[in-house]
Amino acid sequence: MIRTPLRPLARILRARAIGENPDIIERENLRLRHEQMRDAARARAEVRLLILGVAFFVAFSTIGARMGTLAATEPSEPRASASGAEILAQRADITDRNGRILATNMLTHALYAHPKDLVDPARVARDLAGIFPEMNAEDLTRRFTDGRSFMWLRKVLSPEQMQAVHDIGDPGLLFGPREMRIYPNGQLAAHVLGGASFGAEGVHSAEVIGTAGVERAMDARLRDPGQAGTPLELSIDLTVQATVEEVLAAGMSMMNAKGAAAIIMDVRTGEIVSMASLPAFDPNNRPNPVLPKDGEPGDSPLFNRAVQGVYELGSTFKIFAVAQAMELGLVTPDSMVDANAPMQWGKFRIKEFQGKNYGPLLSVTDVIVKSSNVGTAKMALRIGGLRQQAFLKSLGMFEATPVELIEAPGAKPLLPPKWSDIVTITTSYGHGMSASPLHLVTAYATIANGGITVKPTLLKQTAPRPGTRVMREEVADAAVSMLRQVVTRGTASLAEVPGYEVAGKTGTADKPKRTGGYYKDKVINTFASVFPASDPRYAVLVTLDEPVETSGTEPRRTAGWTAVPVAAEITRRIAPLLGLRPVVEAAPFDGLTAVHN
Amino acid sequence: MRPVIYVLSFLAVLGLGFWAYRAHYDTREALRDVSALNTEIAGLREALALQRAEWAYLNRPDRLRELASLNFDRLGLLPLEPTQFGDAANLSYPPAEEMFGRIDNSVMVIGEQTAEEDPL
Repeated sequence: MIRTPLRPLARILRARAIGENPDIIERENLRLRHEQMRDAARARAEVRLLILGVAFFVAFSTIGARMGTLAATEPSEPRASASGAEILAQRADITDRNGRILATNMLTHALYAHPKDLVDPARVARDLAGIFPEMNAEDLTRRFTDGRSFMWLRKVLSPEQMQAVHDIGDPGLLFGPREMRIYPNGQLAAHVLGGASFGAEGVHSAEVIGTAGVERAMDARLRDPGQAGTPLELSIDLTVQATVEEVLAAGMSMMNAKGAAAIIMDVRTGEIVSMASLPAFDPNNRPNPVLPKDGEPGDSPLFNRAVQGVYELGSTFKIFAVAQAMELGLVTPDSMVDANAPMQWGKFRIKEFQGKNYGPLLSVTDVIVKSSNVGTAKMALRIGGLRQQAFLKSLGMFEATPVELIEAPGAKPLLPPKWSDIVTITTSYGHGMSASPLHLVTAYATIANGGITVKPTLLKQTAPRPGTRVMREEVADAAVSMLRQVVTRGTASLAEVPGYEVAGKTGTADKPKRTGGYYKDKVINTFASVFPASDPRYAVLVTLDEPVETSGTEPRRTAGWTAVPVAAEITRRIAPLLGLRPVVEAAPFDGLTAVHN
Repeated sequence: MRPVIYVLSFLAVLGLGFWAYRAHYDTREALRDVSALNTEIAGLREALALQRAEWAYLNRPDRLRELASLNFDRLGLLPLEPTQFGDAANLSYPPAEEMFGRIDNSVMVIGEQTAEEDPL
C-alpha cells in the first residue's frame, strides 16, 4: 500500500506560492486518511460479524436439529449400562427362611391366532384339537372363520406343546412371551402362598398378579421393580412345613376328620414357622372357588382353616381366665376355688364334661389340669365382664390377625353383641365367642413369651419386635407350668414328648348348627401347646374338624384322643428339625457306633 | 511462520477427524458387544432361574421322601429323631498315645499314618 504523505512537497510549494496555508492541505490529507482507515475497519468488522453470525446460526441450528431428532425418535434404553436381573423377572421370588424357593417365575409362551392369516383354518383347528385336549375342532373352525382378526388360544404352553404348534406350520398362529408363576413344591404351603394369575394381557407381555395368600397381600412388594432381584423371605421353614403337612395328613385320616389345621409359631418373634390347612390344593393349578349348593365355605380346599376358620375354641380359653385372675391377684396357683358342678346361673346350667363333679373345692392349677368349666366360670365372674374383655382384647382376640395374608383381615372373631354375665362365663371356657386358630396360637405365644405380646407374621424377622406386657412374668410362668401339668397329669397325657416338656391345653367344642343349637356328634378339637416348658421357644397348635377316634369300644371325640396325639407327633418330628436338643440323657449307647476302629 | 502454523493446524484437524472417526466406530463396536453380552446375560439368567426352579422342583420334600423310602435298603434314611442328638462327651476318642504312637519326628508321623491306616 502506497502511503500518501500528509504534506506532499509539490502541493505545499504550490500553495505557498499562491499564499495559501499549507496546513489546510495537511488537514485535508489527514481527513482522507482517516476516512480510508474507517472504511477498512468497517469492512473488516462486517466480515467478522458475518462469520460470527454464520457460526451462531450453524451452532443453533445444530442444537435445534438435535433437539428435534431427540424429540421425534423413539426412546431407547442406554445400552452402555449393564442390565440386572430386574429386567428379566417382573415378579420377585418367594423363598422360605433358609432361602429355598417357594415361588418363582418361568419364561414360557402364550398362543394366539390371526385368523385372517391362517392358510387352512380347518386343518389348523383339527391339529390344535389334537394337541390340546380342551379344544374342540368344530368350535375352533367356526371361530377362525367368523371374520375376527385376533383371538387368544392358550395362556401358557409347555415347550413340547409349543414345538407341536410350530410343526403345524401355519403363519396365522403366533406366540407371545409369558412369564409364568410356578410353585415347585406343589401343594406345600399352598394356603400361605395362595396363587397368582395373569392380569392385563398383551401380545408381548402379561402382568402376573397374586390372587390369594401372601402373593396377594404382598403384591405391591413382589411387583416393585426396585426389589425384583431380592426374593421375599417368608418365616416358613420348608422342611418343618413338609413334616407338619405329612403328619397332619396322616393324623387327619387316622382320626377320620374332614379337615385339619396346624400352626407352629416362634414365641419370641411371632414368626409363623409352619402353617398348614388340609385339605389343600395345588397353587400351580388353583381350583375355582365353586361350592356345592348347601356347602359351608370350610368345605372348599381353598379355605385356610388356620386363619379363616373362626370357631369356638373350647377349653383352650380357660388359661386366659386363670392367667388374668392371677394377674389381678385374685388367686394364686394353689388357691382353692369353688368348682361344685353343676352350677346354676339364671336359667343356664353349667356342667362339666360327662356330667362329672370335680368340686366342691379345686385348686386353681387343678381347674386347668382337670379342665373344670365351673371353676373357670367362677373365676371369670370374679374378674368381671369388662376386665375380661379388656384382657382378651390385649391378647388380640377381638380383632382380625395382622398376618400378611389377604384372607386375614376378613377373618374377624365373632363376638356376642352384648357381653352379659353368661357370656363372661361361657367365654371363660371358650364358648360364645369364636376366634381363629391363629388368634389362639398368638395368645399362647404371648403367655409363653413371658407375658409380652407377639405379633404373628409370615415374614422372616431378624429380631423380636417390641410388644406390650399384658401380664407379669411370674404369672406367665405359672400359666405355662399349669399347662405343663395338663400334659403330665391331665387331659393331654398323650402330648408328652420325652425331652421337650410340652405344655398345652386341650379344647373340644361342639360345632354350631346353621339353624342354631349345636351338633351332638360333630366337634372341633384343638390342642394348643408350647414347648419346652422351662424356656418356651415354639407354640404348636393343631385343630381337627369333626374327628372321631375309633380304636376303642366307643367312638371318642375329645381333643385328648384326637388332636393331642397328632400334635405330639408333630412336636416330636419338628423339634429336632428346629435345632432343639431334648433335655434328657442321651440315648443309651449303641455299642457299634461307640467303638472306634 | 504462518504457513507452517496453517499446515500444522490443518494436519491436526485431519488427525483429530480421523481419531473421531475411529473412536466413533470403536464405540459402536463396543455397544454392539455390550448388547450381545446383555442378551447372553439375560439368556444365562433365564437359564439360571429355570435351573433354580428345577432344582427346587427336584428337591421338593415329597419327592425326597419318596426317594428316601424307595432307596431305604441302600441308604437307610429315617426322619430325624430327638434321640439322635448326641453329646460330645459320649464320643469315644482314643487316647492320643494310642492313636499316633510315640511321636519322634514329624516325618515319621506322616509316613506311618499314610502307610498303615487312616486315623480318621
